[in-house]
Amino acid sequence: MEKTVEVLKSATIRFAGDSGDGMQIAGSRFTDTSAFFGNDLSTFPDFPAEIRAPAGTLFGVSGFQIQFASQDVFTPGDEPDVLIAMNPAALKVNLKDLKPSGTIIANEDAFIEKNLHLAGYESNPLEDGTLTAYKLIKVPITKATNNAVKELGLTAKDANRCKNFYALGLTYWLYDRPLDVTMHWLEDKFKKKPVIADANIRALKAGYYFGETAEIFTTRYKVKPANLPKGIYKNITGNHATALGILAASLKSGLPLFLGTYPITPASDILHDLSSYKNFGVKTFQAEDEIAAICAAIGASFGGSLAFTSTSGPGMALKSEAIGLAVMTELPLVIADIQRGGPSTGLPTKTEQADLFQAILGRNGECPVPVVAASSPADCFMMIFEAARLACKFMTPVIFLSDGYIANGAEPWRIPHESELPIIEGEYWTKKEGFHPYQRDEFLARPWVKPGTPGLEHRIGGLEKQHITGNVSYDPQNHEYMVKLRAEKVKNIENHIPLAEVEGDKEGELLIVGWGSTYGSITTARERLLAKGYNVSRLHLKYLNPFPKNLGEVLSKFNKVLIPELNLGQLRKIIRAEFLVDAIGMNKVQGLPFKASEIEKKVIEVLSGN
Amino acid sequence: METESTNGTQVKLTAKDYASDQDVRWCPGCGDYSILAQVQRIMPSFNLTREKTVFVAGIGCSSRFPYYMNTYGFHGIHGRASSIASGLKMARPDLDVWVTSGDGDLLSIGGNHFIHTLRRNLDIVIMMFNNKIYGLTKGQYSPTSEHGKVTKSSPFGTLEEPFNPLTLALSSGGSFVARAMDRDAKHMQDTISKGHNHKGTAFIEIFQNCNIYNDGAHFLYTEKETKPDNTLFVENGKPLIFGEHKDKGIKLNGFRPEIINFNEDGNSINDVIVYDETSKELAMIVAQLSDFEGFPMPFGVLYKVNKPVYEEQMELQLEDSVKKLGKGSLEKLLFEGSTWEIK
Ligand SMILES: Cc1ncc(C[n+]2csc(CCOP(=O)(O)OP(=O)(O)O)c2C)c(N)n1
Ligand code: SF4
Repeated sequence: MEKTVEVLKSATIRFAGDSGDGMQIAGSRFTDTSAFFGNDLSTFPDFPAEIRAPAGTLFGVSGFQIQFASQDVFTPGDEPDVLIAMNPAALKVNLKDLKPSGTIIANEDAFIEKNLHLAGYESNPLEDGTLTAYKLIKVPITKATNNAVKELGLTAKDANRCKNFYALGLTYWLYDRPLDVTMHWLEDKFKKKPVIADANIRALKAGYYFGETAEIFTTRYKVKPANLPKGIYKNITGNHATALGILAASLKSGLPLFLGTYPITPASDILHDLSSYKNFGVKTFQAEDEIAAICAAIGASFGGSLAFTSTSGPGMALKSEAIGLAVMTELPLVIADIQRGGPSTGLPTKTEQADLFQAILGRNGECPVPVVAASSPADCFMMIFEAARLACKFMTPVIFLSDGYIANGAEPWRIPHESELPIIEGEYWTKKEGFHPYQRDEFLARPWVKPGTPGLEHRIGGLEKQHITGNVSYDPQNHEYMVKLRAEKVKNIENHIPLAEVEGDKEGELLIVGWGSTYGSITTARERLLAKGYNVSRLHLKYLNPFPKNLGEVLSKFNKVLIPELNLGQLRKIIRAEFLVDAIGMNKVQGLPFKASEIEKKVIEVLSGN
Repeated sequence: METESTNGTQVKLTAKDYASDQDVRWCPGCGDYSILAQVQRIMPSFNLTREKTVFVAGIGCSSRFPYYMNTYGFHGIHGRASSIASGLKMARPDLDVWVTSGDGDLLSIGGNHFIHTLRRNLDIVIMMFNNKIYGLTKGQYSPTSEHGKVTKSSPFGTLEEPFNPLTLALSSGGSFVARAMDRDAKHMQDTISKGHNHKGTAFIEIFQNCNIYNDGAHFLYTEKETKPDNTLFVENGKPLIFGEHKDKGIKLNGFRPEIINFNEDGNSINDVIVYDETSKELAMIVAQLSDFEGFPMPFGVLYKVNKPVYEEQMELQLEDSVKKLGKGSLEKLLFEGSTWEIK
């Protein structure tokens, strides 16, 4: 049968299976290959909170979605074109997201009585006609995989484990991708277990050739390389970019890096990465809890290190008293909060943007802390770097917000050369003459003195201090003065960050204001809206405290302001309070990112006055 | 010996040089004064400069200590002094780091950090001023208050058993565990000096009188009349004897300690345990003596053993990884892994 080739601008596929099926591996291999191929892409791994949920259950389904394209992409895609379903539960959980008339590749071997029952199907959906609206391709993935590796004499378990590579091989064929990137990866990964590498490669190839020979696929798709700016690229996840960014900040400031942290999803990878950079002189400390972690970082900052502490919402809550201590002692400290669904332990593996209030306000007393937020996986690199720059220049803790979606998601990153990165000024005070612990420079920052510097012995702490001398003071006037001074110091940072820049017309009917990881969905939505003839502008905020100096003016130029957020309207409340702008909220709290289509729909609604 | 390098000239330092310009604000008669005085007195003997010395504290009356020392100092938040000190020591192994803390600060809110700090064995000194009460918050019971203690927050008596800080420290892996008292200046100086000279975390519990909220809590051990018969001063290599006339000793009957009197039939000093400060078993037994009716309260260095020091191991790992992998290059790291070029 002659197979047609269709050229697509972009495609979205989702691998879904049991948490033990290796879907994250299949997804990230597909990502690497596509990146190598030159596509722009964006990924969304979505896994259950349980490490190994019981096989076949709905809550044990693990998914990995990727959008790859020959043009810029900003999100992992709203609706997959293709769903690879390794079992009935994976089909059940993911079918609702599949594009109308999309393709389902189902492992028919897994659609047995027991699994159907676990997934709550009364009859087999592959047989009973429920999927007629889709292009259904049934593949005996388990059997075919076992056949492919038969000769190697693996245990049944090991043989079965290669299924994901069979599915991957088939997907590679479907989208005309090369196999060699994955084969090299397997050879390297299983250097010490060549049989396993061999088995997976056989499965991969078997899947690929099944596509080639089987008479069930009529169309093959091609997604050409994207036209990205010149440079050397690699795929990067948000957490990896965060670790690299803070390391770069340490090297660019000449300050030794100290990380005090405690494991928590989805922030732990930052610890994992930094712990492996020992040959850069990075000191990482896995403390007994978040409080010890941040306090150790504060101690290290007092000692003259670039201090860093990473966590997620619940850990952030534990750190709040110590953040106040860093505010009071005016020591530089970078605090990364990789947000997840809350409250309490909430949805540990899902995403949310609901720690904005916690970051800006969540402490006792008047306790101003600068807050910045990354907008995409690669952007984590520059924004954590920026957090470190502000911390050192202004002698203050700075909160960096990321979230589960960008922390685990990946995108191609044009790698900067070390020489392109700015220098961070982080100087210690050494002059003995005229020294006072709480005197201030033109940025209102106090001097950073390293213990060990002769003649500058002094004491600092959490109690209110007298202006300039730093001595403990309960004087009412002094307290108010100091409270205002600390607030002014943070506010003054607005003079040292970029102005808010509107994309599109600078005035008009509607401005979409976003922050953090909604960047991609808003960008895509706006592009679609522009293509349909709607004129909407957008502003993405990376500096949330203080805001860019011109924000009020920018907002005032639009009739309507729409703020989509993955919370119940935290930025909107602040913007309303600060600028008296009657911003409209668009809120989603499902542990999931926005689909571009959701934003598109809302904008049309708002524009039509509904 | 005692030198100051501040302006290039070598000056002999005295206790006075270690006193800051801040007024000391403890209640008159508070045992904290004595501890401050002894620490200031022994500092010059350590052959260190003031700028290399850092006192770190949590919150409580005792935690005001750093303000009164003319060294670097950090007054932190309640219970977290050991964590702040740990981070500082990891970042700056060259500094001489001290923690001053109260029994509430260290064992209540800071209990978790306390046990883990001992387990890690950083080279710092932790001095816990134990007045068996919360001073700063005006007289609530603390984790070392005796069962049934009547305080503002326990008008009908406490329901919980107190911690024995020494056994807690020993079982947390403490490598130097000692006890001193505010009213025995010489012994305190000696104990703190030994703690400071120990390489690893030195935990020193210091009985301190809060004359406002718990006056006399330790008088049985600190006052002339009752002290000899109720205290046991342990010294490495010396027999465990005590009493007004040095005629009592501790002997072991199996695992069970017994008090013997040399004047009574057949008992001799030869039956008494000769103390070995490197024996954790002995330290555990002696640390628990005071938990039993009629036994004396032990003082001195109960345990001292050499163990790997955390911050040194940390430095070694850094050096080793440079040897193995070469000094890290950011440019190389950024561009490593699978990359592709867009032209
Ligand atoms: C987070 C927090 N909780 C409670 C307090 C109140 N507080 C301050 S000191 C203290 C207890 C002090 O007792 P202790 O450590 O024994 O020291 P002392 O004052 O007796 O020297 C308490 C409960 C606080 N400052 N911070
Ligand atoms: S309250 Fe007690 S511990 Fe605190 S200063 Fe007064 S006497 Fe000392």
